[in-house]
Amino acid sequence: MTVHRGRGFACINYPIGMNLGGDPSQALVHSNPDGKFTVALSAIDLGQGMKSVTRQIAAETLGVPIEDVYVDTADSDTGPHDMGSFASRGTHRMGNAVIMAAQEARAVMLEAAAEELEVDAADLMTDGRGNIHVKGAPSRSITTMAAAQAAQFRQGRTIAGRGIFLVPLSEVDPETGEMTPVTTFAHAAMLVSVEVDDETGEVTVTDMQSAYEVGRALNPRLVEQQLRGGAWMGMSHAAWETTEPHYPSRDHGPVDFGTYLMPGPGDLAPHHISILERPAADGPFGGKGPGEMCANPVLPAVVNAVYDAVGVRIDSLPVTPEKVLRGLQANGGARPRHRL
Amino acid sequence: MTETPMIGGNMIDFRKEFFADERPEKLNEIGKPTRRQDITGHVTGRSPFYDDHLFEGLLHMRCVRSPHHAARIRRIDTSAAERMPGVQRIVLGRDVPRNLNTLLSLLDFGIDDEPILSTDRVRYKGEPVAAVIAATDAQARDAVAAIRVEWEPLPHVLDVEAAIKPGAPAVLDIYPNNKFAYHGKYDHQKLRYGDVETAFRQADHVVEGRYQMSPIEQAPVETCGAIAAPEQNGRWVCYTSTQALFFSLGTAAKVLEMPSSRLHFIGGTVGGGFGGKVDSIHEPMAILGAMLTGRPVKFMWDREEEMQVGAPRGAELWIVKDGVMRDGRIIARQFTGYFDSGAYTRLSSYAVIKCVGHLPGPYTIPNVHANVYCVFTNRTPATAMRGFGITGVDFAIEAHMDKVAEAVGMNPIELRLLNAYRDGDMKAHRRIAKNCALIECCQVVAEKAGVKLAPHLAALASTRDGGGDRARLPAHTVTDENGRVQGYQPWSYARKNAPARDPFVGAPPPVQPPRAPAAGTPAVNAPPRADQPPPPPPPSPASPPRQGALRFSSLSGFRRR
Repeated sequence: MTVHRGRGFACINYPIGMNLGGDPSQALVHSNPDGKFTVALSAIDLGQGMKSVTRQIAAETLGVPIEDVYVDTADSDTGPHDMGSFASRGTHRMGNAVIMAAQEARAVMLEAAAEELEVDAADLMTDGRGNIHVKGAPSRSITTMAAAQAAQFRQGRTIAGRGIFLVPLSEVDPETGEMTPVTTFAHAAMLVSVEVDDETGEVTVTDMQSAYEVGRALNPRLVEQQLRGGAWMGMSHAAWETTEPHYPSRDHGPVDFGTYLMPGPGDLAPHHISILERPAADGPFGGKGPGEMCANPVLPAVVNAVYDAVGVRIDSLPVTPEKVLRGLQANGGARPRHRL
Repeated sequence: MTETPMIGGNMIDFRKEFFADERPEKLNEIGKPTRRQDITGHVTGRSPFYDDHLFEGLLHMRCVRSPHHAARIRRIDTSAAERMPGVQRIVLGRDVPRNLNTLLSLLDFGIDDEPILSTDRVRYKGEPVAAVIAATDAQARDAVAAIRVEWEPLPHVLDVEAAIKPGAPAVLDIYPNNKFAYHGKYDHQKLRYGDVETAFRQADHVVEGRYQMSPIEQAPVETCGAIAAPEQNGRWVCYTSTQALFFSLGTAAKVLEMPSSRLHFIGGTVGGGFGGKVDSIHEPMAILGAMLTGRPVKFMWDREEEMQVGAPRGAELWIVKDGVMRDGRIIARQFTGYFDSGAYTRLSSYAVIKCVGHLPGPYTIPNVHANVYCVFTNRTPATAMRGFGITGVDFAIEAHMDKVAEAVGMNPIELRLLNAYRDGDMKAHRRIAKNCALIECCQVVAEKAGVKLAPHLAALASTRDGGGDRARLPAHTVTDENGRVQGYQPWSYARKNAPARDPFVGAPPPVQPPRAPAAGTPAVNAPPRADQPPPPPPPSPASPPRQGALRFSSLSGFRRR
């Protein structure tokens, strides 16, 4: 028995947002009398961090500290319409809607502050720490709380904003497939190392080196959690999972996590991630959506690495010991390539 | 470049030197590793998920499911189950106000094809035909076991290639060739760019491959479900695990023929989705249960249902053919793709178009041709999953690139760099590429992994040397009318200012189209042959007018009613 090492490479791009557009998201932002802001959405936080990324976007746009913003989602009586959390659309679409809503609310806040300071609103700026002051004269300032109180109790203004983002729906040509699928793409490249046991057919992913281009990383920790989890899922898709182990037969389908196999903590390969940030022209602060694409390069990189290790092409997922052994048998043994 | 060591030897770095001139702004909150707003609740077990909303007198709903891949339902005998302890109500298809739906009808795409509870025929193993509402989950399970269904098994087909052969059992009568109809015109979505056949003849090598993407379970920790209860003023509240609140609300309003103002949906904190929580199956059923009993009702899949009845990422079959020059330039790429949609459309028809817009992957190739099919089989309907429409074909493309690299004797990373798309290049869907970064991703990985690149490839950049000749559309594109279908209304994914066409009311169903000609036969407009079965009857004139939520497309103003 010999364990063969191999390396495989793959790279991909990924469309951000619903194909062809036509998928609006809306947001409402308002301040309470203390200058604390609520963002009302119908977006869904699946664990990806929807509430947190929209909170940062709102705080950045309003010019207030993150602690002064709370995101409320998803109650159909209070949150305006949103298409949903899928198609890598959450950050891109909802982020833009939140920016628009927050800009409107910010403008009212600055007008209220301008009236109190007896200056032109265009001359004001926020410091991101809860103060509004005259540009170039930080001492002429008012807190966002005082501005909000003045707006609501003295001036009779609502500090509130409405936002929507919509990429208009486009058509598809039946004859040529001409279309405008999306406005921006994320990118990734991945090199995985595997070990293949030529006696058992077992494949072990031992290392992953990746580069992901995600637009601006709005929250680096949220980006990292997506990329690590997603790459793990890609590795699992490549070498472990299927609901139909004998596709197209439906026999022996798994019914629980005892029979539906996924890698556990001991099976995880170290993953070395590099993040590149090329802002998307119409993304919120240039952000794209790293959530879906991070799994995609791992699947082909794994089968390419198996070929590099033993010369067996696995063209049908998942890679199983049986497929590897049958391939080895057909080739008369391992034929390492070592091209990478 | 800062490196942060992580547990298990994981590393992460932010390569700020790339595209730095495109990020000039100074920002306060954006770019900070701010802790999640909801994390304390999650790690202390206090975040409320849908199943944490408990109601006094909560009832439990469970379904009777088909043991057959395809069968006619002769009779459903509920008499024994009705008398069992705890049973409050048995729900059948006739109790569902509008017992036929297709998810994308909210986007004006597709024909209603899927019953909520089937009354006459089942098309996949696990399809629901009745539901029991009982005081406890165990009582509901016992009563489900006591419902007797007389089945008449029918021929079935499980494989996409078998399903599109002449004479295969028709899964859905409205798509008699087991292929979704695109634009009311073709049985597949076409991509035509340039002339692949001529390019194959000019190529030094032609590399062919066949790839199979497996069905995958989304596997969220929290299984799909909903709890519905009567609210004040004739309204219904629904706590749900949906990934798309208003999509589920709109589907419930349609299926229950109820104005959306009477529905109050609450969700937003969901235990994993990955695409498996957009099908909106549980919300209408739980609300219907609450309407029929006047009590709170929970409808939730157990793990077995989540894995075998819940829609998976569907299987995909891909056949890829590349024409490549000795120096590694790919001059032609051809795809034939089959998405296994299972027994109903759900979202697979959308995935096909998304996929076609993605071809031929992130490369600039002057001649591209694709035929991509959404095929019906007697399998669990497929639905969205992370990377929907893209993951399967990316597997095929990138596994194929490895074979092309071998055929021309090139380093696999260098082959990608040579063919990578750049800013300003024309893509096969006839739009100019911008904001590209594939080249830089490949270069960074090569550097990290110690793969030495030829100097001219190491010096490439996405922002340089694109466009020009690479921006030109092909001088000549070969088109064809293969796969023509007839009798369908002309509509695409959505049509701006299209004449009113309502898939629910008054839309004539398709007449049986003739068998599609084999690939390669010239354009057809063949009239239906005499041996074709007669078209299905027109819809019942008694069809009630559509009620409930407006479609999103209407809300968006794309379509005037």
